[in-house]
Amino acid sequence: MTNRAGRGRAIRAPLPLALAAGLVVAALLLPLAYLVIRVAGGGRAIEILGEPATWRLVWNTVRLAAGVVVASVLVGVPVAWLVTRTDLPGRRFWGTAAAVPLVIPSYVAAFCLLGFFGERGLLAEALGIDGLPDVRGYWGSLAALTLATYPYVFLLAQATLRGLDPALEEAAGGLGASRRSVLLRVTAPALRPAVGLGSLLVALYTLSDFGVVTLMGYDTLTRAIYVQYGSLFDRAPAATLALVLVGLTAVAVVAESRLRRKGRLYRAGPGSQRDGVVVPLGPWTVPALVFCTSVVGLFLGLPAGVLGYWLAHGIANDQQLDIPWSEAINSLGASGLAAGFAVLAAVPVAILALRYPSPTSRALERLSYAGNALPGLVIALSLVFFAARYATPVYQTLALLVFAYVVRFFPQGLSGVASALEGVSPRYEEAARGLGRGPVATLALVTLPLVRSGVLAGAALVFLSAMKELPATLLLRPIGFQTLATEIWKLTQIGAYSRAALPALVLIAVSAPVLYLLSSNRRFESGGPG
Amino acid sequence: MRLAALLAILAATIAAASCGGSNDTLTVYSGREEELVAPLFAMFTGETGIEVEVRYGDSAELAATIAEEAENSPADVFWAQDPGSLGAVEEHLDPLSDGILGMVPEQFRDRDGRWVGTSGRVRVIVYSTEALAEDEVPDSVFDLTDPRWQGRIGIAPTNASFQAFVTAMRLAEGDEKARQWLLDLKANDPKTYEKNTPIVEAAAAGEIELGLVNHYYLYLVKEEQPDAPIANHFLEPDDPGGLVSVAGAGVLESTGDRSTAERFVEFLLSPDAQRFYVDEAEEAEYPLVEGIAPKPGLPPLEDLAGLDIDLTSFGAEHEATIEMLRETGYLT
Repeated sequence: MTNRAGRGRAIRAPLPLALAAGLVVAALLLPLAYLVIRVAGGGRAIEILGEPATWRLVWNTVRLAAGVVVASVLVGVPVAWLVTRTDLPGRRFWGTAAAVPLVIPSYVAAFCLLGFFGERGLLAEALGIDGLPDVRGYWGSLAALTLATYPYVFLLAQATLRGLDPALEEAAGGLGASRRSVLLRVTAPALRPAVGLGSLLVALYTLSDFGVVTLMGYDTLTRAIYVQYGSLFDRAPAATLALVLVGLTAVAVVAESRLRRKGRLYRAGPGSQRDGVVVPLGPWTVPALVFCTSVVGLFLGLPAGVLGYWLAHGIANDQQLDIPWSEAINSLGASGLAAGFAVLAAVPVAILALRYPSPTSRALERLSYAGNALPGLVIALSLVFFAARYATPVYQTLALLVFAYVVRFFPQGLSGVASALEGVSPRYEEAARGLGRGPVATLALVTLPLVRSGVLAGAALVFLSAMKELPATLLLRPIGFQTLATEIWKLTQIGAYSRAALPALVLIAVSAPVLYLLSSNRRFESGGPG
Repeated sequence: MRLAALLAILAATIAAASCGGSNDTLTVYSGREEELVAPLFAMFTGETGIEVEVRYGDSAELAATIAEEAENSPADVFWAQDPGSLGAVEEHLDPLSDGILGMVPEQFRDRDGRWVGTSGRVRVIVYSTEALAEDEVPDSVFDLTDPRWQGRIGIAPTNASFQAFVTAMRLAEGDEKARQWLLDLKANDPKTYEKNTPIVEAAAAGEIELGLVNHYYLYLVKEEQPDAPIANHFLEPDDPGGLVSVAGAGVLESTGDRSTAERFVEFLLSPDAQRFYVDEAEEAEYPLVEGIAPKPGLPPLEDLAGLDIDLTSFGAEHEATIEMLRETGYLT
């Protein structure tokens, strides 16, 4: 089918693009198909949905996700603004340090927070107190999950602030708007898509998290799903609860797309890219520094300190400590492949949704999120189900593990590609088409170079998530394939924290360069088509 | 261009990774921790020359995996932490030969011969030696409902080992008594933990005075904190709180090599492998094969296993236990 202009703005998408996007989304829906099969096989779904306990779980889950989203925005957005738009001393350092918690697995974060703030943790020990109040439950879960997820909001907001055409803010200033009103009426609305997407990623992560809520003893749908899987005679209850999670995802995705539609700003073009207006902080410098220090201290300094303490404890006790080289290489390889394939898969979905808007293309984009609040265990079991039956040659190979990562973290890749694509005016592509380039050439020569930074950002997010992934890795990895995450699991399982600290620190250390690339991707942005 | 390079890398990596799984190796799904049992696998390979590929994971999750794989499972043997996980996949297990079954006392194997226990573990009360003298520690879990223990008890209601103990109580004392005990204990405001290790650590830290755990976690925590002020207290032999349970192994129906798979299970019951729990392993589980005494300092198994219940039914009873824990507010 050739590309022909339809009525008004509705242009029919090229068939290969539509097919590619459709194929990607179909693959992402496999976990959902599995759940439907399981629920249909059990038949207690209605009964379970009617139980008050189920709705208590839903309420607990929603309450936690909402709390983590609010906390992440309150932490992530101000720091992003401070490090991109002000004369904050050491902004490069703060910018990098504030992103690092992204590489700390949330279960490690929870271990560290408990190790420090726990009733008999390091803090109680240091203060010589006989027991602090119990921090577990809602607030402990909120803190650990905020630690692990606010960087999504921070990084996306930071990228938007960097990419935002300064001409917009300057024009507003030139028209007589005060600095505050520029901030509120130009900068803040421009941030809306990034904050919306970031919040969605935070919410999905929270919905799917098992490690934190288990360690913190807080009951959510995901925790209940794990408990249910202990009882194997009837798999329908777990599958039903998982479908409830999918329902919650739908609510979050729709809310986000409402938010996104409200603020869309195109930059004039890559040629005009330059630094934004720098706001002098003046007397606000000290409070700003205190804020950044608290964020970085609590979310990075504290876990790093606790891990360092355990490591030192292990060294002092003569524990056998080996640097996990091969695990690190395995983690890097599998996560790198996942990142590449996730953005590769995201490109057609993003282009279709943003350049050929139609109810179908929008539905496809939203459907791609369907499985992403599902716990890793459910995604893993769904792939076990399909692969062991219909794709035996790839079962328990690296290919299936990478596929699982892509299924689990696709929205993160999509978020990068889509938000970059949103900042690029379709006129460039129209111009290229007008000058006689075909759709593929336009994609390769115009669109992709313009969204390069977004593609890299998306890939980096997927990479970092895959580095930390545990539940799907455990079940789907090739036998004997150890990653840093499985190594941490193996050691914490028997309570050997002083030995687990080393792979945790290595995980942070090897992920850090990717973060650096992510937070200093300016040179990628300016390396446009020129 | 870059995409092509990426795909090439993938192809190469997959090729490299898939070189592993050849057919003359044995594949074991192990719910038992790698840190604890890896030496046993090495011992087996050393003795027989048979390479073993081990997938380590959580017992219940591996059982779920086997259930989803059904007849396509690449596993030959499932070695699990608890009879419940084995029971959950019993339809996929092939009965073991009588020779193997005969090596283990009847109460520690499946009624229909589909799995055998490979080591024993005893439910105990771990207590803080700073807070309590041993004679202050109750000899029965039924004493834990005394208000004296308000807020001082640690339990792990989401953990399979606690759930198995509740199943034991239901089977030994009846559902009514078990439900009442759960409600009375709840009134004593026990602290809940994710699993056994954190309970033992909490007792060591003085967060709780006593906790319901399996006996061997004490030794793991001592490994990490040699001076921890904690000890195990063994309960009355017929008390459900002193349940003796097993880790066990079974051969999958889908195995392509039944004799090698059985050889491995047989190896786990061999004197060398059984003595491993006594001589080498830090965690001091009980050997189950007759004639091998447990680690010095542990009371003999015959003095503990006085409870007349059938471990085989644990898988089938699990659902009802979960339901009861939910009704009594331990699980949501």
